[in-house]
Amino acid sequence: MRIIKRSFLFMPSLLQASRCHSAPSSPAWRLFSAVASSPKVCIVGGGPAGYYTAQHLLKARSDMVVDIYERLPVPFGLVRFGVAPDHPEVKNVINTFTQTAQHKRCSFFGNVSIGTDVSVEELKKAYHAVVLSYGAEGNRLMGVPGEDLAGVFSARDFVGWYNGLPSNKELQPDLSCETAVVLGQGNVALDVARILLSPLDFLKKTDITQQALKSLRESRVRRVLIVGRRGPLQIACTIKEVREMINLPETNADMLPGDFEDIAEALKDLPRPRKRLTELMLKTVKVDDGQKANKQWGFRFLRSPLKVLSDRDGKKVAGIRLAVNKLEGSGEDARALPTGQTQDLECGLLISSIGYKSLPIDPSVPFDPHTSTVPNDMGRVSHTAGLYCSGWVKRGPTGVIATTMNDSFETARILLKDVESGALELSSNKAGAQEITSLLQTRGVRPVSFSEWEKINLEEVRRGEVLEKPREKVLDVKEMLDIAWS
Amino acid sequence: MSFSTGARRLVGLSLSRSSWIPSRGANTSSKTLSSLSRLSTRQQDLIRKRDITSCSVVQPLRSENKVVVNFINRDGEKITVKASPGDTLLDVVVEQDLDFDGYGACEGTLACSTCHLIFEEETYKQLGPISDEEMDMLDLAYGLTDTSRLGCQICLTKDLDGMTVRVPESSADIRQSDGSA
Ligand SMILES: Cc1cc2nc3c(=O)[nH]c(=O)nc-3n(C[C@H](O)[C@H](O)[C@H](O)COP(=O)(O)OP(=O)(O)OC[C@H]3O[C@@H](n4cnc5c(N)ncnc54)[C@H](O)[C@@H]3O)c2cc1C
Ligand SMILES: NC(=O)c1ccc[n+]([C@@H]2O[C@H](COP(=O)([O-])OP(=O)(O)OC[C@H]3O[C@@H](n4cnc5c(N)ncnc54)[C@H](OP(=O)(O)O)[C@@H]3O)[C@@H](O)[C@H]2O)c1
Ligand code: FES
Repeated sequence: MRIIKRSFLFMPSLLQASRCHSAPSSPAWRLFSAVASSPKVCIVGGGPAGYYTAQHLLKARSDMVVDIYERLPVPFGLVRFGVAPDHPEVKNVINTFTQTAQHKRCSFFGNVSIGTDVSVEELKKAYHAVVLSYGAEGNRLMGVPGEDLAGVFSARDFVGWYNGLPSNKELQPDLSCETAVVLGQGNVALDVARILLSPLDFLKKTDITQQALKSLRESRVRRVLIVGRRGPLQIACTIKEVREMINLPETNADMLPGDFEDIAEALKDLPRPRKRLTELMLKTVKVDDGQKANKQWGFRFLRSPLKVLSDRDGKKVAGIRLAVNKLEGSGEDARALPTGQTQDLECGLLISSIGYKSLPIDPSVPFDPHTSTVPNDMGRVSHTAGLYCSGWVKRGPTGVIATTMNDSFETARILLKDVESGALELSSNKAGAQEITSLLQTRGVRPVSFSEWEKINLEEVRRGEVLEKPREKVLDVKEMLDIAWS
Repeated sequence: MSFSTGARRLVGLSLSRSSWIPSRGANTSSKTLSSLSRLSTRQQDLIRKRDITSCSVVQPLRSENKVVVNFINRDGEKITVKASPGDTLLDVVVEQDLDFDGYGACEGTLACSTCHLIFEEETYKQLGPISDEEMDMLDLAYGLTDTSRLGCQICLTKDLDGMTVRVPESSADIRQSDGSA
């Protein structure tokens, strides 16, 4: 058997040879600096942004020490709790993250919530630099009456539920209705729609949680409408995900041909990705052979939520009132404007998938409430020396893992550049993890190391084997900790 | 084949060639092709689809059969390697430890587009057919060109001996902005 090795961390970096400390030139100082101070960086958040930032830093400098602090006892962020269970190939990035985590100059401290257990100020005292990579733990709200009725969920919670996010384990969505409406037309909306309509025989072989599988087995949802505020040419999802919808067995597309009139004319001027996506949708509309499959999915366009309609008791969702929009302008930047008309859609389940949202974690960290990001210039947090950011908290909650990877590499490069130019102070020795772990001890917080996570991992894989699935996730933080420390 | 430096220390998983198949998770336990029957129809479909472009030719005497490949990295430097026909360009990058940051994130399963490469027009015409699935992922690649392909889907053949491929910039601003900020 041929072993494929990837050893990026050990590769001689082209950069490394030309890099050296930018300490003042007095020999005595240089001696001190060489002995005393290797750059110590800590990263807040163990998702793709955290791991890709760490990877680049470790590779570029052989003296760099990187510690990753993660709120949960388990690493990998949305790769574990976001990426759909039927997309296991996307999760292959975990292999590279694991390699980074096992690097001798990298440590993982799970079960540590920054902003609660330790402040960012304290991290800044203990490290030369702090990188915020804590993702987007909140979600945008529709901001319409009835949003809190039973049967209305944010996609974030719904996804967290089927993916085993501890805080969503009790969601228990009622799937006894026939029609579900998903608001928003991004890839998350399609993930949700696909999970609702996928054959159980297929899902049961994925790492979807057993409790979600049980609910889905009893689900009566037969029709999922995916509603967007703009038109077919502005749809936010990508072609691979639309193709997956089209290829769902025993399910056909229920589109409104009228929505696609005039679209064919626009095709020729579109860039290739948008063109291919639009052509695929057009083909799907045409293919409609009138035969109704057991289940349906469809896009609905030019509709914005106005009000969630309740059942007679006023407790549970029964539908959604939508504003009928028209477009102002064209192309990607076209805006939706209300026409004044409305339309009601009946549904017993409403999932709002209009985007995740980052939250401020610590009063000492700048935060822009309009963009819900940490204000920054290429990853340098504005007006705060020694503070950096990467991933969704830097850019906002869009972009695939590859996008997050690129912007994390950018942040790492900027940080390295600041080390070289002297903009980042390395002269004082920093205690790093030693200081933080003793703080944590006085506060009664016990971190989970990477090898302790591996115990959880093994247990999950073991539980999965019995069920003929890749893993069965542990849903409870306490249980995770018990396994980690067993 | 050298098993050099940092052979992967993976959680219960050694990355054999057979694990580079679509729909195989990082966290699935190690499987071989014989477990194909345990996969869903959809997964099998994907695998079959990939087989169209993947390399089923086994080359018994690799050393006599080497193909020269020139890579132009993101800094514009040329790296020349000898590789075996039957390997994908992703295999080559991995096996030769070529230092292209972030290349091949999904390990060849058509789920990331980080293995994007740009070919010379003549070479591009010689490459095998492109599947819809490859096009779909390629559409997400940064800096897409008319002669772009995904390296994990390109198999080396003798005909490609001496070809030159370019590793594109992975994002718009990084390099240019490095100096200015
Ligand atoms: C539902 C969904 C499905 C997706 N599917 C795909 C896909 O199939 N393919 C693809 O390429 N991309 C996909 N993406 C996009 C991808 O997940 C993101 O690009 C990427 O995860 C962003 O990385 P991040 O590290 O910035 O954030 P995250 O992945 O969210 O990681 C942030 C980490 O920080 C931790 N954290 C938060 N607060 C604190 C705190 N106070 N202290 C310490 N730690 C903290 C969190 O627990 C988390 O582990 C998907 C996204 C979603 C939402
Ligand atoms: N398989 C994958 O590769 C995969 C899977 C899941 C997620 N992801 C990635 O993760 C990122 C996040 O996905 P996402 O789906 O959450 O975000 P997204 O792609 O930004 O989509 C958000 C959707 O919500 C709509 N929306 C936003 N605000 C709204 C409002 N106030 N009222 C009505 N509609 C509103 C948007 O419409 P407008 O266009 O009009 O703003 C858009 O349709 C994306 O980059 C996505 O590609 C990838
Ligand atoms: S390596 Fe991910 S698509 Fe080729």
